[in-house]
Amino acid sequence: MREQRSIFDGIDWVLVILFLLLVFMGWLNIYAAVFNEEHQSIFDTTQRYGKQLIFIGFSVFVALVILLIDGKFYSTFSVPIYIANMLLLIVVLLTAKEVAGARSWIDIGPLKLQPAEFAKSATALALASFLGDINTRMKDLQTKVIAGIILGIPAALILLQNDTGSMLVFGAFALVLYREGLSGNILLLGLAFAVLFIFSLLFTPLTMLIILGSIGLIAFFFQRKKTWKLGLGIGGILVVLMGFVYSVDYLFNNVLEPHQQVRINVLLGKEDDPKGAGYNVNQSKIAIGSGGFTGKGFLKGTQTKYDFVPEQTTDFIFCTVGEEWGFLGTFVVIALFTALILRILYISERQRSAFTRIYGYCVASIFLFHFMINIGMTIGLMPVIGIPLPFFSYGGSSLLGFTILLFIFIKLDGYRLQQLR
Amino acid sequence: MAFESKHTDRMYVVMGIVLLVAITFLGRLFYIQVIDESYRLSAENNVLRYETEYPARGLMYDRNGELLVYNEAAYDLMVVPRQATEVDTATICEILGIERDQFTRRMVKAKAYSWRKPSVFEKQISAETYAMLQEKLYRLKGFFVQKRTLRKYPKPIAAHLLGYVGEASQRKLEEDPYYKRGDYVGISGLEKSYEEELRGKKGVKVIMVDVFNRTKGSYKDGKYDTVAVAGKTITCSIDAELQAYGEKLMQNKTGAIVALEPSSGEILALISAPTFDPNLLVGRVRSENYVKLQKDTLKPLFNRALQSEQNPPGSTFKLINALIGQQVGVVNENTTYRCPRGYVSGNFRMGCHDHRSPLNLRESIQHSCNAYYGNVFRNIIDHTGKPWEGFRIWRQHVMSFGLGRKFFTDLPIEYAGIVPSNEFYDKHYGKNRWKSLTIISLAIGQGELGTTPIQLANMTAAIANRGYYYPPHLVKAIDGELISNRFTERQNTTIDKKYFDPVIDGMAMVFQQGGTGYRSRHDSIVMCGKTGTAQNPHGEDHSIFVCFAPKDDPKIALAVFVENAGGGSQYGAPIASLMVEKYLTDTIQRPHLEKPILEANLIDPKLKVVH
Repeated sequence: MREQRSIFDGIDWVLVILFLLLVFMGWLNIYAAVFNEEHQSIFDTTQRYGKQLIFIGFSVFVALVILLIDGKFYSTFSVPIYIANMLLLIVVLLTAKEVAGARSWIDIGPLKLQPAEFAKSATALALASFLGDINTRMKDLQTKVIAGIILGIPAALILLQNDTGSMLVFGAFALVLYREGLSGNILLLGLAFAVLFIFSLLFTPLTMLIILGSIGLIAFFFQRKKTWKLGLGIGGILVVLMGFVYSVDYLFNNVLEPHQQVRINVLLGKEDDPKGAGYNVNQSKIAIGSGGFTGKGFLKGTQTKYDFVPEQTTDFIFCTVGEEWGFLGTFVVIALFTALILRILYISERQRSAFTRIYGYCVASIFLFHFMINIGMTIGLMPVIGIPLPFFSYGGSSLLGFTILLFIFIKLDGYRLQQLR
Repeated sequence: MAFESKHTDRMYVVMGIVLLVAITFLGRLFYIQVIDESYRLSAENNVLRYETEYPARGLMYDRNGELLVYNEAAYDLMVVPRQATEVDTATICEILGIERDQFTRRMVKAKAYSWRKPSVFEKQISAETYAMLQEKLYRLKGFFVQKRTLRKYPKPIAAHLLGYVGEASQRKLEEDPYYKRGDYVGISGLEKSYEEELRGKKGVKVIMVDVFNRTKGSYKDGKYDTVAVAGKTITCSIDAELQAYGEKLMQNKTGAIVALEPSSGEILALISAPTFDPNLLVGRVRSENYVKLQKDTLKPLFNRALQSEQNPPGSTFKLINALIGQQVGVVNENTTYRCPRGYVSGNFRMGCHDHRSPLNLRESIQHSCNAYYGNVFRNIIDHTGKPWEGFRIWRQHVMSFGLGRKFFTDLPIEYAGIVPSNEFYDKHYGKNRWKSLTIISLAIGQGELGTTPIQLANMTAAIANRGYYYPPHLVKAIDGELISNRFTERQNTTIDKKYFDPVIDGMAMVFQQGGTGYRSRHDSIVMCGKTGTAQNPHGEDHSIFVCFAPKDDPKIALAVFVENAGGGSQYGAPIASLMVEKYLTDTIQRPHLEKPILEANLIDPKLKVVH
């Protein structure tokens, strides 16, 4: 057993530097987005950049505390942490006032917390603890069910808060399950249904029947043995698929709210509505596109400062990057995120402890999901789902949540050498 | 499973997904940022200017299609401080006729609001100034002219109910993100109640502007422009002519008139005197005039028709007691009471005036006998043996006429009035330690009662309808579409239909020989009315009159309330009678009745402060 001399002992400096770079660049862009010649002090706490600076300071403090705590703490207390977080989500449901249609904020004095941001870390810990157990086998149906419950509880509670974006993040854990042995076929099947889902939205059920029917017929005729059994089998599959198509059609028309329908239609290109629902995305694309190769320069952006891109400092912060720093800037940001995620995956694989590896995959998957949805949304590749860009978007809860998520992993990794030796 | 992990190769699949996402993003970004020129603005200094297009605010018409409110164009000079770097200050000062330090002050204020968002530099500039500016605008980088609209009122009537618009307050800006600094919003009256319908939808024009503040044309052929949508047209229930006539009758008096159509609850006229010309509260003169009106000791901004709730209904309330008395079975149309010039019980005496005695129910209304209602009221309260129980029943009946509570329709402001509760008297006298005699003033509509003029008008409408009313409201249709069931839910009173007939007969007798409204009778219209006097501890009593006509097919029900005018028969009755005549016959054929009203000046000269 090796004595731990410093809290920085054994930690991965590459991850720490990537973290610091992302946080710094995020703050610069928030500063640029709300910059006003009248308020030039970066410490002006009436402005968002001043507040974000406080959030950053606090997050760094929390990161240090996380490094200070014994590494065993996280695996030992993963379940109580998870339960406490779920209770917090329930408290939110019971007490929160509605802000912009969602009930996801909890007031503690002058502070506002969004517990959903912390539920991600807690769920990751619980999932790692469960799957990392020697007796857990991914093959067993029981394992799949329990894993589903661990993920399903926070997802359901967050959905009840009407925060669809944060709920979808829990879908990212599918990648973790896949890495831990969940059959790739299940993921592929999921993907196939996703494709079918999109096609169902694009075409009428009748068209879908013709398309699927033709595929079935072709499949039938290309088989060498054309038995009745085969025919019935293909027919049966066809019935199941059409059932799915009809339920999607029903869900879309009867369950989704009109604004959600419009958003999906805009994304699928069924509706071109640059003035209505497509407005945000179009303004966002103008802002990013107008940046050109080198950008307009720091604080020189014109589009993002008129408040015409909504959620300028939060969900659409990437616009400011695109406008002021151009393709060079967006390239650097994407490269940094990619490096961060790949580094986490790489480090996860070198772990001896299954707990740490699984937790690492959770962290990587969550970052990947946020990165993919948020940036994809600003450039019109993804639907407008309000989730923040990690370390960039303005907001104390999300910054703190992501910092905790990452630094628990850094601590677990640094602790690796002392474990099992 | 700890040491060797299975499925290690799956790491490459996950990493592959990460790289795929990154490469897709980079490809897309390279396309929109580097290859696709259409997002780029042609020169570095070109700026997109977002000009707001203000929609025309909705028009308002009266029930007969007469225009009440329309819009007039006006122009605001706007400035974007960030772009206004090298301004020809002298030119601006010269055109606008302002001093240099005034210019500096305005710029400081604009900067304090925002460097990038336009602020109003000069409001509502004249057409000539606008023309001059238009020529010199190329020298005034950062300045531009924004078209706005101002309200105009072709007739100087109905100021209280139409309301006015003004700039959105800081609070409004924070509450509703639709509003930007300098936007107009309805502040009172219908302008406020129907703000969302009237305001329409703002549009945005994205314009490219070069370094010289010259418009280079629409950005991307207007692809990102949104068109302003004009506000909706509102058809009021008001009859403009009746409203104007009522205001004329109320000149040099303080008080209110509310007239309703009993069959629908539509408000035909809503007059609060003194009134003012709504054009006073428009545009640049608004704040100055507003302060003047606010300082006026006669409180012209106070909407007496809806807000004056402290005054008791006086004898008009006997109608309600007559109805409740019949309903609970303590009196019928043939019940008579003697009146020894007052109501006497032991040492207590409530005075009455000189009239013949005894009287039956109909005659008690015609002569407004206090003794009769002293008896009826005490019998109502005591009919169960427990006064508090009897009172609770009485109160329920009273409130079913819409008294003591709000209507919650589109009235811009309304007060609930006062109908005392059991708890109120318990608090005063101790739990159930009060009797019918304690609260006997309620018998003749005095004491702890408070009714607004609109409540009195509605009460009258409910009597005219023989037992029900539709909540009073001001708007008939929006954009030509009738406001369907929103306010047209019939409210039933708790009194059976048959009990109304003797009361209404009594009300008709008010206009007959010997009745309190005889002087105000009309030869061909059968009117039903009741006088009232609200005791005023601060001065001369207030004159009240409620009335509806014609008796058998009521077309109009109204309440007249004239402050400091004495009894109901002197001013209330003739004004009500003239209003009915005006509405039903469209002419006035009783100049002898009209002339003294028009000439009367009831305003205490000591109160009137001349500005």
